[in-house]
Amino acid sequence: MSAAETTPQRIAGRGAAPQRSLWHVILVRPETMTLVLLVLAVILASQLSPFFLDISYILRSFTLSAEFAIVALVLTMVIIAGEIDLSPAANMALSTCLFAWAQASGVPMPIAIAIGLVAGLAMGALNAFMVIGLQLPSIIVTIGTLTLYRGLAQIIAGDKSIRMPEWFIGIDKVLVFGVPATVAIFVVVSLVLGLILAGTIFGRQIYQIGTNEVAARYAGIRTRRIKLILFLLMGLAAAIAGMLTASRLGSVRYDLGLGGELQMVLMAMLGGTYIFGGRGTILGTFLAAWLLVVVSTGMTVANLLPAIQLTVLGVLLIVAIIATNLIYSRAQR
Amino acid sequence: MKKADAVPFVSARGISKSFAGIEVLRDVDLDLAKGEIHALLGENGAGKSTFAKILAGIHLPTRGTLSLDGRTIEVSSPVAAQKLGITLIHQEPISFPDLSVAENLVLGRSEDGWFSRVPWAEMTIEAQRSMDLLGVHIDVARPMRGLSIADQQMVEIARALASDSRLIIMDEPTAPLTPREVETLFGIARRLRDEGRTIVFISHRLEEVRALCDRVTIFRDGDKVATDTIGNLSDVDIIRLMIGRPLKEYIHKHSAEIGEVALEVQGLTLPGVFHDISFSVRRGEIVGLGGLVGAGRTDVARAIFGVVPATGGVVKVDGKAVHIDEPEEAIALGIALVPEDRAAAGIFRTLPVEQNITAAVPDRIAPTGVIRRAIERSLAQDSVAKLRIRLASLNQPIGELSGGNQQKAILARWLLVDPSILILDEPTRGIDIGVKAEFYDMIGELASQGKAILLISSEMPELLALCDRVLVMAEGRLTAEIARSEASQERIMSAAVPRVEAAA
Amino acid sequence: MNALGRILARRETGIAVMIVLFALAVSLYKPQFLTLNSLRVILLLTPLVMIAAMGQMLVLVARHVDLSIGSMLGLSAMLTGMMFRDLPEIPWGLGFAVSIGIGTLLGLVNGALVTFFRLPSIIVTLGTLNLYRGLTFIVSNARQVDRQFIPADLKGMSQTSPLLGIPWIIFMAFAVALLTYWFAMHTRVGRQIFALGSNPIAAPLRGVKVTQVTLLVFAISGALSGLAGIMYASRWGFVNPSNTGFGFEFQVIAAVVIGGVSINGGVGSVLGVMLGVLLMGCVAAALPLLGIPGTAQSAIYGAVILVALLIDRSVRRQGIARFKAARA
Repeated sequence: MSAAETTPQRIAGRGAAPQRSLWHVILVRPETMTLVLLVLAVILASQLSPFFLDISYILRSFTLSAEFAIVALVLTMVIIAGEIDLSPAANMALSTCLFAWAQASGVPMPIAIAIGLVAGLAMGALNAFMVIGLQLPSIIVTIGTLTLYRGLAQIIAGDKSIRMPEWFIGIDKVLVFGVPATVAIFVVVSLVLGLILAGTIFGRQIYQIGTNEVAARYAGIRTRRIKLILFLLMGLAAAIAGMLTASRLGSVRYDLGLGGELQMVLMAMLGGTYIFGGRGTILGTFLAAWLLVVVSTGMTVANLLPAIQLTVLGVLLIVAIIATNLIYSRAQR
Repeated sequence: MKKADAVPFVSARGISKSFAGIEVLRDVDLDLAKGEIHALLGENGAGKSTFAKILAGIHLPTRGTLSLDGRTIEVSSPVAAQKLGITLIHQEPISFPDLSVAENLVLGRSEDGWFSRVPWAEMTIEAQRSMDLLGVHIDVARPMRGLSIADQQMVEIARALASDSRLIIMDEPTAPLTPREVETLFGIARRLRDEGRTIVFISHRLEEVRALCDRVTIFRDGDKVATDTIGNLSDVDIIRLMIGRPLKEYIHKHSAEIGEVALEVQGLTLPGVFHDISFSVRRGEIVGLGGLVGAGRTDVARAIFGVVPATGGVVKVDGKAVHIDEPEEAIALGIALVPEDRAAAGIFRTLPVEQNITAAVPDRIAPTGVIRRAIERSLAQDSVAKLRIRLASLNQPIGELSGGNQQKAILARWLLVDPSILILDEPTRGIDIGVKAEFYDMIGELASQGKAILLISSEMPELLALCDRVLVMAEGRLTAEIARSEASQERIMSAAVPRVEAAA
Repeated sequence: MNALGRILARRETGIAVMIVLFALAVSLYKPQFLTLNSLRVILLLTPLVMIAAMGQMLVLVARHVDLSIGSMLGLSAMLTGMMFRDLPEIPWGLGFAVSIGIGTLLGLVNGALVTFFRLPSIIVTLGTLNLYRGLTFIVSNARQVDRQFIPADLKGMSQTSPLLGIPWIIFMAFAVALLTYWFAMHTRVGRQIFALGSNPIAAPLRGVKVTQVTLLVFAISGALSGLAGIMYASRWGFVNPSNTGFGFEFQVIAAVVIGGVSINGGVGSVLGVMLGVLLMGCVAAALPLLGIPGTAQSAIYGAVILVALLIDRSVRRQGIARFKAARA
């Protein structure tokens, strides 16, 4: 975290290791890699099309990924705490289908929204119950719930798409200080979560749990409670992201956010979150989200098929974890 | 007892081993004869286990050579050791719980190709025969999961015999066993010796070594200090060789005023783990809790601290009955626990020393929930100065510190809580002798500040030197309470070894 | 424990009972469920899942997971289908070698990433799931390989029968299961897979070559996905870049875990997996009869995975309790 702070009294002797240089500390951070990649990607993309030097173009492109990016921020915290959640994209679909179905069948909008949010929370709670209460591995549990949530969405919505009322549509077109609203939300959430993770005891304990859960419990940290909060937060974020997506698309289908788990995990990994927990930052995920937008927009501008983009995302995911692992194992020595 | 042969069976010359630049074994020369049971003795960390693991191919020596029947050998892996007829039997035997006993017995023995057939029928028959030969009754078709430790050891021994091992190394095999199981094991060990095999026996228990072994080698701080016939050494000699100085010097004098009862435990029970544990610790008092590994001492500490709560009994803090389900609640009541396994339950290896020290006092470093770096830093700095923790920077990951300094940082974490009751579970395990002495001073100092201290230790001298009273556990029960004036190694040991009646 | 007790205590017995109870319950409501014809329907639903499930079982036993099987199936089926389309004179039997070969290669990539970089298999295969699917679009230019290009003989394997009116592909699936049984139970490397999953730390001490064995299980999973790929072409007569194999991993994982393969490694039997596949087939066949839309299938797979996790957990608990009792 705080890299450049004064050394306490140096006590030489056996057991003392040499202090690292400031450069070493800054350079051997995955976020640095993300930032470098981001700059490279912007330079490359601007060769491709001058659009990329137009900030509003990038902002507009970002609205396509902003919902996933918001969830990815929470996912970053979940992964740092040593767990994972692969179900948020399916959660987005189910909570939003419930919301859309409720409002289509005449429930007043505020209540419909409440239904969607509660559904998202409930899905987060089910994950938490299986992982924390029953002590099952989150990786398999959330594969199960991913399938379950998506399937339930399919049952509720069938093959139809549920239309949103006109006034609800287009939050991504609303500008807040010249920034699309969803992007603004992403930035605000990044700031808030970034401060929480880096500056509060709650954030500190997330790292401690992810580094050594047993030791955390021995140190009096309420590990189960913190994980519960994270899974609930995940569910809530997914429900909100789902509704933002519904507003952007104007209608809801069961396949809303399909495959989003890849993008979310990818943002976290590209941002240097350590897959085995205990390391990572919101800043990293924030940068990675922009990186991903520049890359995928660049590919769209270059007229690459969406399928090729899928391939690139898959490759990026694998490269990102390999690189992050290497950086951390090097930093450890 | 047999005489050592003229030509040694196994001969080690100049064996040295370093881990991360720290030498844990220095120039060890040792000869093992055919048909002898040879004990390796020494304190924790003296190097005896490292030596055994080098023989068994788990570690490669940094320097030195091994020879077998006069020929130099290269023991590059456990499989290579097996081929040479060397088997190491771990205290907690290696097992594949989902495979059958028979499969566990033969796994890794054959060098046939990947797709060669597994001869189930022959395998089962042969496995059953080796178990019968040992005189133990285990159904070899059942899965390994659920077998007692003693039975798992028997499977390992059967394994060694099936591959015709001529050198069998047993690393503290008796610690988790009942006396009856120990007798069975010894019987088998003697038989194997009489067949001309060589057995290396690692143990802490002198009486066992006397009962079983022909010769003994003593290690201290990575050096071999003596090899002799067991009959030539008295217990006092052995202890002196192990600790390098007379026992007396260890005794630490602390003169704390003993006050009110701070912690009282009545009838604490966790079925299958410990039963009906009652004791009390007063302010200013250091109460030792001795016993063998697996006696349930750590479980009692964990129950008091709320890690795995007991199902029956009462815990009283300052006379009031309390209910503790989580460590957090224990801490709020002024209880601290320095856990036994530092790596698993103590440190956050990759996090800065600073964060490790302040982990248990969130309210002090973040009164409002937001971390106040200045407060955190000054708390950590004070601790470092007070406990003389050697480090380069408070930002350094704690994993880079030496074991002793890590342990000091964990102790510092708990002192920040300012507990009135301090439970120390094997606080000096794996720590340099020099740092140990510092720890002893600190523990005495804490007691004289009026803290009630419960000290769990497997090291007798530690218990004898530091404690006002020593409690002893065996097989989940409290078997003795010995006042300082009456405490002796023998009394503690005799209470720690489970009585035959107690063994089911 | 006597022999009967042992049989009753086996996980396979539990699944068999579940299948019978399920079939009886459905037939109370729709008697036509218990006819030969519906058995045929069930059996036709199962071969692809059965084949891939055998690979997935070995992967899970080794304490890994392979999420990319659906995409491996899709990519190998697509390449094979394109070969048939572009080189029509090629003998159709060669398609098997090509499809299996491609699958093996893709599986090896998974295995290499997992072992050489020490990455969690779930993340690696989540990556390759998307990577392979994307490649399928790229190689095919997002175009389907239509019915007329799939060799008639290949399609015939799903329709013609050597015996009892049961099509060839079902026999093939059972042959694969038998082969897997032999491999898992009666070869040294098969047992090493179980040893590795049962105690990964100790396995190398007993001469298990962890790298090679891990590569092997992923290669097998890939090879069997490749085989399932060409059988998809046989069964459905086309290969589509987006549909072929999509979501297949969840079906397979659901069948495997309900069949008693532990996600904690070391435990699994071919018979259990076969029964698990059969149970899932029964459920899939019963849905239309009961008037439940096919869209509910995915939800059922998810629920089945979760239920299987719960069963697995309680089995493990009992094991631990027994272990403790034995020590006490």
